[in-house]
Amino acid sequence: MNSILILFAHPKFEQSRTNKMLVGEIEKMKGVTFHDLYEHYPDFHINISFEKELLAQHDIVVWHHPMYWYSCPPLMKQWIDLVLEYNWAYGPDGKALLNKKCLNVITTGGSRELYCSEGSNHYSVNEFLRPFEQTARLCGMQYLPPFAIMGTHRLSDDELLDMGRQYAQMLQFLQDDCSPQAMKDCSMLNDLEQLNT
Amino acid sequence: MTGSILFEAIVFLAGALICVPLAKRLGLSSVLGYLMAGILIGPYVLGFVGEEGEDILHFAEFGVVMMLFLIGLEIEPKNFWNMRKTILGMGGAQVLATMLVAYFLFDMMGYSYEVSLTFSMAVALSSTAITLQTLKEKNLFETTYGASSFSILLFQDIIVIFMLGVIPLLSSMDTATLPAEEHSDHANLLENLPLGLQTLAIIVSVVLIVVAGRYLFVPMLRKVAMTRVRELLTASALLIVFGISFLMELVGLSPALGAFLGGVVLATSEFKHELESTLEPFKDLLLGLFFIAVGASINFIVIKENPWGIGGLLFSIILLKALVLYAVGALFKLKLDQRLLLTIGLAQIGEFAFVLLSFAFQLNILSGEQMDTMLVVTALTMALTPILAMMNERLILPNIGTRETEKRPIDHIAKQHKVILVGFGHFGSTIGRFLRSHGIEATILDFDSNRVDFLRKMGFEVHYGDATRIDLLESAGIADAQVLISALDHPATTRKLIEIVKKKYPNVDMMVRAKNRYEAYELLNMGVENIYRESLDTSVKMASDVLSKMGFRKYTLYRQAQNFIKLDEESLRRLAAERPKDEKEYIFKAREEMAQQEKVMDQDWQRGIYQNDNHWDSEQMRMAAAAANRKKSNKP
Repeated sequence: MNSILILFAHPKFEQSRTNKMLVGEIEKMKGVTFHDLYEHYPDFHINISFEKELLAQHDIVVWHHPMYWYSCPPLMKQWIDLVLEYNWAYGPDGKALLNKKCLNVITTGGSRELYCSEGSNHYSVNEFLRPFEQTARLCGMQYLPPFAIMGTHRLSDDELLDMGRQYAQMLQFLQDDCSPQAMKDCSMLNDLEQLNT
Repeated sequence: MTGSILFEAIVFLAGALICVPLAKRLGLSSVLGYLMAGILIGPYVLGFVGEEGEDILHFAEFGVVMMLFLIGLEIEPKNFWNMRKTILGMGGAQVLATMLVAYFLFDMMGYSYEVSLTFSMAVALSSTAITLQTLKEKNLFETTYGASSFSILLFQDIIVIFMLGVIPLLSSMDTATLPAEEHSDHANLLENLPLGLQTLAIIVSVVLIVVAGRYLFVPMLRKVAMTRVRELLTASALLIVFGISFLMELVGLSPALGAFLGGVVLATSEFKHELESTLEPFKDLLLGLFFIAVGASINFIVIKENPWGIGGLLFSIILLKALVLYAVGALFKLKLDQRLLLTIGLAQIGEFAFVLLSFAFQLNILSGEQMDTMLVVTALTMALTPILAMMNERLILPNIGTRETEKRPIDHIAKQHKVILVGFGHFGSTIGRFLRSHGIEATILDFDSNRVDFLRKMGFEVHYGDATRIDLLESAGIADAQVLISALDHPATTRKLIEIVKKKYPNVDMMVRAKNRYEAYELLNMGVENIYRESLDTSVKMASDVLSKMGFRKYTLYRQAQNFIKLDEESLRRLAAERPKDEKEYIFKAREEMAQQEKVMDQDWQRGIYQNDNHWDSEQMRMAAAAANRKKSNKP
């Protein structure tokens, strides 16, 4: 079973209806470590060695965050800047993350239709996440398609709960098998057949 | 007329008070002023002081001893050790060369070899008192000139011991036949011992000073400091200097040298600054007295009898000394302007010559006439070199392009820190530790001797003393300090400190600990900009942690805490600015302010504590989206 590390970054988690719901569904899952960055590092002073150790103990790294201005909240970026050190995560001797899996779990206010060349956001979620994709690649990690909860403004509580369950199912699926083969036709993990049966 | 000691004191003090300011006004050094005062009150002008001038000279030599002690305090042993090459090299070259040239000069003038040798020894020495006083006055200690002068003088102070040992060998008469009372003047316990034992005794006494410095003086000072009676510290400081001098005289060493050694031993102790500020006034007064006595002892009758002979001798000695110094300066690669300063600065004959000459006279090496001539010349060189130095500075140096502007920090002066930290309790020590972790070693002052002792063991450079004394602050280097940190506990002491620093050193940045809001008001009204309330940041942090335990998000608390502190400091400044006209109004304002703060906090509560913080709020967007949805579904 693959172990999963969820790096969660939300500057105002207590006010996020969506994320409270999502986190509630996966927080206590077996084999999943839920790591709340804003709660751990309110002063942005990240404990780098602790973070490295956490990474070493897990097979799959999840960057879970809301999409703010087409990117992640600042503490997540801080985490990337500080923890992914040269010659540890990348560079000639940077082998620590080699062959781990990595993906983004994001929430967006706008719906999936808005995130395309015809929509008001002009680009797809995958395109906006390119910096993360390349970051993972540079560290020798395999970047998986993102899991996105979109159009949150218009989702009802029931719909949200459903999304939370899908999130949990998706993690379970990754725990059992996350070969690229299994998700080769998905641009987002939301499209996995296993979640939509 | 000169019988009463009060009258004498009045004469000396009045002479100094008239002549020294006059000299200063004319742009001369105070040394010259004192010398003028001495000549004026001496037996040949006003005649207020007669033969007793000689005794006063002996007494006042103690000023030199104290000066050497104070200089020793400035030099840490390890720096002293680093200086050994300069001391031996420059000092040795200067003394040897001067003696050699002077010997030939006196030999040519037809003196016997004993007299020539004695004279040449006297001539080789320069005046520690005059030179160091001038260096201090002009703040030239940290120049190469200052360091070189100091090294040479130190070597002379050491070599004079050997000179005093050699002189009896020149005497054709048996020392034992000397009249007892005259003999006792320079006699010591060791006179009749074999040379080996004499050397041993000298070594033992030097070791004794070093050991006593560590294990007797410092514990004694600590005990005394605990009584918190300040004059006892003054008494112990004087006792240390007197004790060392006595021991040195006992074994035939120069008291000045012993005092210097004692100073070096105590240089690393926490009492360094306290000793400095305690002894400084004594030293200054005694040195002044010394210069006056030198002035008073110039024998104008001898000059009158043989003006050309004396003048010629005076001229040739100064020239000779200057030439040798110039050559030594060149040999040790001093820049031209520094070399010229050195050349003139040390061209006088020093106070040790008085001792050497009268000693030689007692041993019948010199005739009375020879001694008088040389004594007059010595005093005259002392009077003349400050004038020459002034001419050098005004007329020659400005025309030399190589003026050394960068002040190279020299080996021996302990480094002066840019930050002074007053109060090293729990509050101050945290500051000190954090500064230190950034390589900033603050000069620390504290008034608790037990704590000082403990902290020194932990490796901090802490000095004992009452920081509200401006002289202590000055010896801690406030004149060059960039920042003064006050971490004192008592508000009244803090205010006193700020008052005196603001008055004398308004350019020093002051960062001040305040106990609470009300002390902070007072500090703000005193014009202090950087105030650190000990009851603000920590309390807010604690409250945040409490709220975190109750389930509030840490990052939100973090932001709110910053907001809270900011609001609180703004209200503090607002209140301090509206300086109350009377106490009642002040209390009213304070109440009003608290009511305001309550109101703000109440508003926070009403808005679910997120006032001023609508960031990352998706609620509004959701509402808008919902409204749009309804619109859509209402459409037919």
